[in-house]
Amino acid sequence: MRSVIDIKELSVSEIDELVSVAKDIIANPEKYAHKCDGKKLATLFFEPSTRTRLSFEAAMYELGGNVLSMASAASSSASKGESVADTAQVISCYADIIAMRHPKEGAPMVAAMNASIPVINAGDGGHNHPTQTLADLLTISREKGRFDNLTVGFCGDLKFGRTVHSLISAMERYEGVKFVLVSPDELTVPDYVKRELDKKGVPYVETSDLMSVMPELDILYMTRVQQERFFNEEDYLRLKDSYILTPEKLESAKSDMIVMHPLPRVNEISVAVDRDPRACYFKQVLNGKYMRMALILKLLGL
Amino acid sequence: MNIDSIKNGIVLDHLTPGKGMEVYRLLGLDHLDCHIAIIKNAPSRKMGKKDIIKIADDIVLDTEVLGYICPGATVNIIKDGKNVEKKKMSLPEKLVNVVTCHNPRCITTTEQELPQIFALTDHDRAEYRCIYCETLAKN
Ligand SMILES: [Zn+2]
Repeated sequence: MRSVIDIKELSVSEIDELVSVAKDIIANPEKYAHKCDGKKLATLFFEPSTRTRLSFEAAMYELGGNVLSMASAASSSASKGESVADTAQVISCYADIIAMRHPKEGAPMVAAMNASIPVINAGDGGHNHPTQTLADLLTISREKGRFDNLTVGFCGDLKFGRTVHSLISAMERYEGVKFVLVSPDELTVPDYVKRELDKKGVPYVETSDLMSVMPELDILYMTRVQQERFFNEEDYLRLKDSYILTPEKLESAKSDMIVMHPLPRVNEISVAVDRDPRACYFKQVLNGKYMRMALILKLLGL
Repeated sequence: MNIDSIKNGIVLDHLTPGKGMEVYRLLGLDHLDCHIAIIKNAPSRKMGKKDIIKIADDIVLDTEVLGYICPGATVNIIKDGKNVEKKKMSLPEKLVNVVTCHNPRCITTTEQELPQIFALTDHDRAEYRCIYCETLAKN
């Protein structure tokens, strides 16, 4: 019995295996339609995230399984003071696998330590969100056909953006990958992430100017720049336009570059970009469901 | 300065200068009623200065805590005035209930019965991170 709390727990070969299962699901959905007959997924969402919950539930239904869903955190026993450890043990009696989202960092790990069934971290505060990274990886594999020899640009809030840190730690393991980190000075990638890259000899450059690096990129991963991350409104207003992607800015990009975003977006990608064939953020959502299907199968040993 | 050598007990040598009192406190030596000497800033050939603690009793030490505070420390077991065992400390892989996570978003802040566990994540920098939220331990 195994859980997935952090993307780093999955080896390169396990990721390859999940990606190839997901691609097989896409090609032969009927082959998988009854794989999870009689199995139950419990979605324990201690904070609302409708899209992630629906993705897990759709994944389980498409595998022929069933879903037990907690109505809302407010009506659950957590609000009556039950510990995560106890909840995990109780739910282990009802379900075969748990997808847990929790506002506190580390809560899904505590659940995994106490459950007798696999736990998938569906997001713990601003910390980990491994199935988002799996969605990102399947998107890269399907759109680019490889994980190696890619120049991956990240743009926006690279300080607090957990999806950025997770994707960096997943991609840094492949040969010939280079990172281009584009952010305002206030929101650069934390030092410990850069130290890891230095230690492994992975090349990266940091810049605050998206346009100067645009032509190099194979992938542009956009994130939201939130106003509350800035000390004053002036800085925010001064900077925010440099980190909004428009069709004009994409003119200098490679014709086969892909634009990714973990969604939801606010205004960092203008709607006009959606019509560009390089826009892949809605494909990421669909790929997320397929990777969750592949992960459920793997953890249930099916 | 002359401090009695001990006949039976433990000498904690090569403690990082200035850390003697912290070791004394965190190892719970203040709860012992045997003869204990804390020597601060003793001259050392290797370190320039060092702290030393002499305990005139054979007690069980938490070597993880000692290794965490002073990874260069040595523990000498003295029996009948002879040094019978010499152990070099090193940074422990895991610290259980030694440091507390200060991240307000960490699950340990709402579920206080959870053990505080920190793991060594960068040996060269002696960095420990909370296993739940990966926040760095504050020294
Ligand atoms: Zn913590």
